[in-house]
Amino acid sequence: MLVKLLSGDQPRSAILTAILLVILICLAGAPFIFDGVRALDTAARICIFILLVASYDLLLGYGGIVSFAHTMFFGLGAYGVALASTYMGRGFDALLLGSVSGALAAVVLALLIGLFSLRVRAIFFAMITLAVASAVAVLVSQFSGLTGGEDGLTYKIPRVLTSANRMGDFLGTRISGKILNYYLVFFAALILFLLLLRIVNSPFGRVLQAIRENDFRAEAIGYRVVWYRTVATCLSAATAALAGSLFAIWLRYVGPDTTLSFEIMLDILLMVVIGGMGTMYGAVIGATLFILAQTYLQNLMGTASEATSALPLIPDLLDPDRWLMWLGILFILSVYFFPTGIVGRLRARRAS
Amino acid sequence: MTAAPDHRPTFANVSLTERLDEAMPLLLIPILVVLGFVAIGAPASWLTLTVSGLAMGMMIFIMASGLTLVFGLMDVINFGHGAFVSVGAFVGVSVLIALGDWTGAASLLLNMSAVLLAVIAAMAVTGIMGWGFERIIVKPVYGAHLKQILVTVGGLIVIEQLIHVIWGPDEIFINRPETLKGAVTFAGAAMEKYRLLAVGIGLVLFVAMRVVLRRTKIGLIVRAGVENGPMVEALGYRLRLVFVGVFIAGSALAGLGGVMWGLYQEVITAGMGERMMVLVFIVAIIGGLGSVEGAFIGALLVGLLQNYVAFLEPKLALVSNIALMTAILMWRPQGMMPVVKAK
Repeated sequence: MLVKLLSGDQPRSAILTAILLVILICLAGAPFIFDGVRALDTAARICIFILLVASYDLLLGYGGIVSFAHTMFFGLGAYGVALASTYMGRGFDALLLGSVSGALAAVVLALLIGLFSLRVRAIFFAMITLAVASAVAVLVSQFSGLTGGEDGLTYKIPRVLTSANRMGDFLGTRISGKILNYYLVFFAALILFLLLLRIVNSPFGRVLQAIRENDFRAEAIGYRVVWYRTVATCLSAATAALAGSLFAIWLRYVGPDTTLSFEIMLDILLMVVIGGMGTMYGAVIGATLFILAQTYLQNLMGTASEATSALPLIPDLLDPDRWLMWLGILFILSVYFFPTGIVGRLRARRAS
Repeated sequence: MTAAPDHRPTFANVSLTERLDEAMPLLLIPILVVLGFVAIGAPASWLTLTVSGLAMGMMIFIMASGLTLVFGLMDVINFGHGAFVSVGAFVGVSVLIALGDWTGAASLLLNMSAVLLAVIAAMAVTGIMGWGFERIIVKPVYGAHLKQILVTVGGLIVIEQLIHVIWGPDEIFINRPETLKGAVTFAGAAMEKYRLLAVGIGLVLFVAMRVVLRRTKIGLIVRAGVENGPMVEALGYRLRLVFVGVFIAGSALAGLGGVMWGLYQEVITAGMGERMMVLVFIVAIIGGLGSVEGAFIGALLVGLLQNYVAFLEPKLALVSNIALMTAILMWRPQGMMPVVKAK
């Protein structure tokens, strides 16, 4: 049963299994294990980013395709929910319609980009997605009448999912709609993640890996490389859009900075590389580590910066705003020295 | 023994349509200019827009030429190219600010020498940086596109953040030198002096690049290397050295483009290179990766179209580039002037 649920792709390492179990238990019981709004918010973010990073891994790790438009798809899903909730009023129908139309829009756009660039050269795809994503980000901030521009949109979600909905106590924790909302995010992310795991372990996923290793040979065997790559792009875009919808439902706010910025794209890249490309479990570990570091490590950097304020240059380097620089260095180093990421390392240890 | 098959070679003239097809990319620019004239209607504003479009195109070309050559020569796609644009702009502008007396004086000689010094400083710094970048970032990942993209993006982030550390997080405003301010009026159309200068510099650079590539030995090696690298190496040329040279030159040109773009916009930010990368990529793709002439035509098309559209329908200006790229890729999937690879 369990093996079937994981699509036969077990962690294959005792340490990895233990880490994954800890993450799963912590996320599943987050409202009861941890106190405070911030912890719950962090847990929800981790769930959403695990899904987002896993969908990106389908493209990068399994397909060998570099895309810079993943935040664009994420943003499409988020803006779908936001626009539907703003113009249709609060309600589950708005959430559903928004998510579905966001995902559809993402698939159509991915199909167009894929057909245009993938049929020529896979490397075009990286450049074209960068161009299209930046154009979309500019469009969103320009059509401020519809999208709220730089300020973004704030909207209402069904009352059942907000903290105004009190439902009594359980295990010493007050159950509110917020917790219900969290579980909506958690289970949706879990189900979609298992679905992705199913996809990459299906014959389709195997062909995709074959194309990544040697597209020429895959074509010679008789697989239509362009078709497989395009479908992978569309699947990944749809999942990213759904992750965006979850993010919009959780945050009740959508803006260009939180959903469309290039920085989030870099975050996703980093999570995939650190966790390990080409394994869905890498997404889980990468996203969890990264979000935890982002939430709690920046404070530490601020303290370090203050402590070294007497020295020249070093406090500037340690400034919390320079967090991205250290990420960049970490990113380069991990591409050089740990191309298989944490999961690859753990699995290699067992094999040797 | 069988007789050789009957063979009668025929000599046919190349038909007009075939010739036209070959020259089509070159004809696109005049066509676009004429279309712009028809759409805009007013000759004065059309002239102003054309000059600014050409100026913008020239600057984009300066930045894109290095990128496209580096790709053609070594199959290296450098996503960190934009970092050199930013660094060049910051170094150049710092020099200009330090030489405030020279740029403030109303003397053409002093102004020009200040700009020249700024350009030299910027190109020197970005050239050296390019060398380091090639050594540290690009060299270990030759031949692996996926890693190249990831690593050069990492390099872009780190350099951009280092700019923040050195020059502070705020944008820097800069005034153009005294004699480059203002505009020249010609036939009722106001053309900014600086834009005319940019067009001039761009043309000179393009011609110089063509001469180097077509008329000198090193240019011959570079062009041959783009077409068939292993063969050139077999003939005894160290293509790696040539490649490093091209990488450094390309980085220096990106730095020059950065200074020019900074003076054009009169404000510089650390993220400017990253934003320019989008245009540079579009230009490199529609021109055909590896082709300098293609990049030149592509850059002019992008610059002109963006200025015309920005005048007619401001909100569509940025989408116009994507539309242009889509149209050209539908017409020629490999770009306008694809480099023939002998493989």
